[in-house]
Amino acid sequence: MERHEYDVVVIGAGGAGLRAAIEARQQGKRTAIVCKSLFGKAHTVMAEGGAAAAMGNVNSSDNWMVHFRDTMRGGKFLNNWRMAEVHAKEAPDRVWELEAWGALFDRTKDGKISQRNFGGHEYPRLAHVGDRTGLELIRTLQQRVVALQQEDEKLHGDPEAYIKVFAECTVTRLLKDGDAISGAFGYWRETGDFIVFDAPAVVLATGGIGKSYVVTSNSWEYTGDGHALALLAGAKLINMEFIQFHPTGMVWPPSVRGILVTESVRGDGGVLRNSEGRRFMFDYIPEVFKDKYATTEEEADRWYDDQANNRRPPELLPRDEVARAINAEVKAGRGSPQGGVFLDVSTRLPAAEIIRRLPSMHHQFKELADVDITKEPMQVGPTCHYIMGGVEVDADTGAASVPGLFAAGEVSGGMHGSNRLGGNSLSDLLVFGRRAGAGAAAYVDGLAKRPAVTGLDEAKAEALAPLERSGGENPYEVHHELQRTMNDLVGIIRKSEEISEALQVIEKLKERAKNCASSGSRIYNPGWHLALDLRNMLLVSECVAKAALLREESRGGHTRDDYPGMSAEWRRRLLVCAASQDGDSISVEEKIQPSMRGDLIGLFERSELEKYLTEDELAEYDAAVKES
Amino acid sequence: MGYKAKFRIWRGEGGEGRLEDFTVEVNEGEVVLDVIHRLQATQTPDLAVRWNCKAGKCGSCSMEINGKPRLGCMTRMSTFDEDETITVTPLRTFPVIKDLVTDVSFNYEKAREVPSFTPPADVAPGEYRMQQVDVERSQEFRKCIECFMCQNVCHVIRDHEENKPAFSGPRYFIRIAELDMHPYDVAERKESAQDEHGLGYCNITKCCTEVCPEHIKITDNAIIPMKERVVDRKYDPLVWLGSKIFKRQR
Repeated sequence: MERHEYDVVVIGAGGAGLRAAIEARQQGKRTAIVCKSLFGKAHTVMAEGGAAAAMGNVNSSDNWMVHFRDTMRGGKFLNNWRMAEVHAKEAPDRVWELEAWGALFDRTKDGKISQRNFGGHEYPRLAHVGDRTGLELIRTLQQRVVALQQEDEKLHGDPEAYIKVFAECTVTRLLKDGDAISGAFGYWRETGDFIVFDAPAVVLATGGIGKSYVVTSNSWEYTGDGHALALLAGAKLINMEFIQFHPTGMVWPPSVRGILVTESVRGDGGVLRNSEGRRFMFDYIPEVFKDKYATTEEEADRWYDDQANNRRPPELLPRDEVARAINAEVKAGRGSPQGGVFLDVSTRLPAAEIIRRLPSMHHQFKELADVDITKEPMQVGPTCHYIMGGVEVDADTGAASVPGLFAAGEVSGGMHGSNRLGGNSLSDLLVFGRRAGAGAAAYVDGLAKRPAVTGLDEAKAEALAPLERSGGENPYEVHHELQRTMNDLVGIIRKSEEISEALQVIEKLKERAKNCASSGSRIYNPGWHLALDLRNMLLVSECVAKAALLREESRGGHTRDDYPGMSAEWRRRLLVCAASQDGDSISVEEKIQPSMRGDLIGLFERSELEKYLTEDELAEYDAAVKES
Repeated sequence: MGYKAKFRIWRGEGGEGRLEDFTVEVNEGEVVLDVIHRLQATQTPDLAVRWNCKAGKCGSCSMEINGKPRLGCMTRMSTFDEDETITVTPLRTFPVIKDLVTDVSFNYEKAREVPSFTPPADVAPGEYRMQQVDVERSQEFRKCIECFMCQNVCHVIRDHEENKPAFSGPRYFIRIAELDMHPYDVAERKESAQDEHGLGYCNITKCCTEVCPEHIKITDNAIIPMKERVVDRKYDPLVWLGSKIFKRQR
């Protein structure tokens, strides 16, 4: 079997993975990047709007404290506050660093990085390149990896001496030595041959889980691999009930249903209307946000030019609010012909300006839906976009509870609480990618000896099983049924009976998945690959459904029809998922989140905190304020 | 609405293969990649194809549809007649791994041969100041999604394996042009484009520009300007010197 020895193995080559790998290599560690697709194709490429960083280039009132507050509000105060703090403080440096590596962001008049408005951000904060910011980010990091390889070639005569990309290679198991990580096992997609990495540290950067849903903005890679690998290695997942349904996905034609329509459309002036032509978001401003959003169309429209004296339009409420509003309009029979609502920018900006600011949206609608967005409105509806939940990690190092295991980006949990703000993902990748890379490097430095790889025979047998069966289940059918189940029963609006029903279906699908058969050879065989990915999607779906059933409140990306209110009691409680010893089932436990540090909670007004905190917590707040 | 379409798809691995015929359902609004996915789910579970974003943003699903390089996710079925047989084959310029998947490592090797962004040593992160108009020229080239269709269609290497070592191809000419036009890049680019990356092989047939799904004007905005300046400099080295000094001052 092909075998490689590394100090740090990074699984995933999106923003978080590449940034982690760059950091580990810069700290002198021999680093492998293992990814399922070609180098430079990861899902980060799909990010459109921008990277949130309080640089204050457009509005000098912005700073890390405002960004921190916005992030906590967006997450409905369930966020790991230390992560939100680190993120807000470090995001500007991470964006500037990209510029020094060759990124070309759009500019302000005085030549700085331009920043755009986005939902939930008090000031224009998103560094961007038109509506293709994710592409710029991934290309810049990709080219940074190449730059480091060029350096290594000069120094060591081998470009891959210290950092190497294993593209189209899927990891199916993490390997351990006792309690600690000792490596990873996987297969080459191209040949089907197995590959083993001997490594004391593994950074998970595998992104999300969207492929468990039918309507999703996510690509095939998003099968929850990192979430499942972590569970199977004994780590814990938190906040798995919180899934972000992006309010604006395409709804027509059916084949593109779910593909993202960037929030920048609204940030740049686009408005949402129902079939009666009404700008309905004014009807959906929740109590906690009442004083921050305009109540008339006139005020909302004035805001685009004069943000100091007007409140922002309600189209720019956090994503969970907008998604629920669209869902409600469609349910009330005021939807568009193809089951969404109208998103219109054509009557708001001149055609040339739309094409300049939103080139890929213009292109996407023209090519895929025959719609010219400079002339007519788009039809949009919610799409499964992002999971707030993930591996429970240490905020400063990205370390999971299993020694040697680290996680960053979407696969980690905590930073975004119950709902992520747009633009906070790209900055999250950079900030925590770097920290996880540094955390892994420091961990390796502290080891007395390298751990030994175990469990290879089991990993091999598991991977080969679908090919050795004949006449079993069709993995495509099992996958499709899982997607339908999660979409219909654990989707944007949830209720107890439906979630319980989903859990019963998942149990049956687990049995069927164990009996999947894949025909064909081991060479580039997508049917076999899917059969192996099913284990991950099912484990993750079970986490989502079990946690969703337990949390009896509605908050951010978790809306319970039978518990519509937000509960201060539930705010402090995190639901922690773990896998059983045999990796066959999931258990969920409650855990109390530590109180916010005094100086951080002091950044909020008491009147705002009253909406979220219990009386006991407010007493703590009063004491903290008094002390300072 | 729905109809049965006739597809002819190249299938094979290990250097051998043939075109196979399929009849498959097509629904309103679908693209070629949807139909290939339906074939996987219902008839040929091991049919190999690359794809990711399904929205024309990642450049994974490059293939040849009726002999023309296209993104499978952006080629709508409505552009074909219902009784037409649609032939799908892998990119011709690169070795086939299996079915529609080719070995594109050539491109990654060439990427590594282009020296990276080289800013002046004395500009710290956060201090970069550039005007929008000055970054826009390079931004056009940074729209590239690396679908490698320009590489595939370029006749310098499409049927000429022997040219590959000396020729980087249109993708990397726009990379060099992008760096050359970057307001803060101080490395020498034009001469090496000619001497090390084979710019001289290009005789401006614009095939690359025609297939670019991002509509990057590869020939007009990258290749021709570089060719012109290579010629300028060969006749007058002072022009080259002046341009570098001017650039440093900015």
